[in-house]
Amino acid sequence: MTQGNVKLERSPYPYTGQVVIERAATQPNVCDARVKIELRNLGLYYENFKALEDINLHIMCNSITAIIGPSGCGKSTALRSLNRMNELIEGARVEGKVIMDGENIYERDYRVVRLRKRVGMVFQRPNPFPKSIYDNIAFGPRLFGVRERNILDCIIEESLRRAALWDEVKDKLRDSALTLSGGQQQRLCIARVLSVQPEVILLDEPCAALDPIATQRIEDLLSELKNEYTIVTVTHNMQQAARISDFTAFFMIENQGEPGRIVEFGETSKIFTNPDDERTEEYITGRFG
Amino acid sequence: MARERYIKLLLMACASLSFLAILLIFIFILRESMPALTKVGFGNLFTSTDWNPDKGSFGILAFLNGTILTTLGGLIIGAPLGVGTAIFLDQVAPKKMATVIRRGIELLAGIPSVVIGWFGLIILVPFIARITNSSGYGIAAASVVLAVMVLPTITALSVETLRSLPIELKEASLAMGATRWQSIRTVLLPAAREGILVAVILGMGRAIGETMAVQMVIGNSRQFTLSLFKPTATLTSRLVTDMGEAPPGVFRSSLFAMALVLLIFAMLLIFSVRMITRKRKA
Repeated sequence: MTQGNVKLERSPYPYTGQVVIERAATQPNVCDARVKIELRNLGLYYENFKALEDINLHIMCNSITAIIGPSGCGKSTALRSLNRMNELIEGARVEGKVIMDGENIYERDYRVVRLRKRVGMVFQRPNPFPKSIYDNIAFGPRLFGVRERNILDCIIEESLRRAALWDEVKDKLRDSALTLSGGQQQRLCIARVLSVQPEVILLDEPCAALDPIATQRIEDLLSELKNEYTIVTVTHNMQQAARISDFTAFFMIENQGEPGRIVEFGETSKIFTNPDDERTEEYITGRFG
Repeated sequence: MARERYIKLLLMACASLSFLAILLIFIFILRESMPALTKVGFGNLFTSTDWNPDKGSFGILAFLNGTILTTLGGLIIGAPLGVGTAIFLDQVAPKKMATVIRRGIELLAGIPSVVIGWFGLIILVPFIARITNSSGYGIAAASVVLAVMVLPTITALSVETLRSLPIELKEASLAMGATRWQSIRTVLLPAAREGILVAVILGMGRAIGETMAVQMVIGNSRQFTLSLFKPTATLTSRLVTDMGEAPPGVFRSSLFAMALVLLIFAMLLIFSVRMITRKRKA
């Protein structure tokens, strides 16, 4: 550890024990303003099809924001607009702004690589790389230039511990990540995201492919992680949104072929007990969707 | 129901016939090459570089050397080119452009080898002659021609492999902040490694067996050479040069021995492909 800390002073990446304590003391992740990300009149097109319109949303620091709504209403599209993953689709185009810490991430000179380091993403189906557990977690740090073995070791242990996976895999870090169960793989993916110390974590229906017990573990984990990270999750599961989120945004499309819009956004307790819009109430009580 | 049975029998007959044909070819080649293997001797045949049937010398090492060097040369040029093209087509090029280039490469696969050999003969050989001050014929010219011929195989199979990779892998790496190139190098290529290896091996098979185009540019000399710019021959080019004139006897039998070597190469390649794909499934 001592050696690790000595080396760390040259490393731009504050990962191991001492530095983490310093981090906690200065709390860089607890942002000064309460709003971490603001979506301002966001609209999104695929070629000529408008998938999202007039999305206005405030995502608060150190909270979990859930995006709910019926299938095909643009939930995932909205989520993917926060780390510009929608750009992978040919013909996708964005209007409006997504402002994170005062900067519009769609500004021409905003570097998408830096954005994705700050905004990590966990996908619907666990997608570990076909590499060892160790190399999966080391992937991000290596991308950003961490080479020293002892620092990588520390990062991997810390990331796996935070993702509540360390005890299950500590003796088989060299095994292929594909040997893990679905729930373990998903926690590995969360650990992989944590390894680069992001500020925001996006989750696209992270429990859709998991059994109830694995789901429970992920939910517990998210509730813990929100103390340090800003979390946005898309979910089909209303109970899940009600259980874990602080804020909820309800998305909907009025008619087939129209863009998805936000019907209602507010504190989860309010949305689920006393929604303003009757469509929200109908959806939450299971009358459609 | 009787009809069902007839169709089944018919299909079985087709399959048996194909299998039988291959088996008979193998047995035939083995039998025909026996005189050379016994009279010239296994060692002499494969270690002597002296091929002079009139004087009773039947060493095929020069041609074995030619086949190995031209094949390696063709792969050294063709494999990176093919894999690079595949990466470009699958990961970089816009869809329309990728389609146009793919069609072009498919067309390349359909060009008869004699046409490619002819190009080599009238353009490549004089060009090499000019820049190296040699005759221009030799392993270098043959390697370039073979590179062109293995390109479609390697490209098409590599594209197929890259395409079959789950999109989630690419998404995962890009979402981690990898650039497109980092994602290709650290995630996609390692995941596609076996498939690309198979593509290269099948390209190798094509290169080893190619006769016409190679014969036109390699110079057809019997000399053993490690120089890239001296005329020599490959197993296939020597076979096609000599087969018309070889009388029954040891001469012809040595030609069959060369055919046997080619056959064994082909079998080894197929076997290695089987090993690689089986390992992938496990």
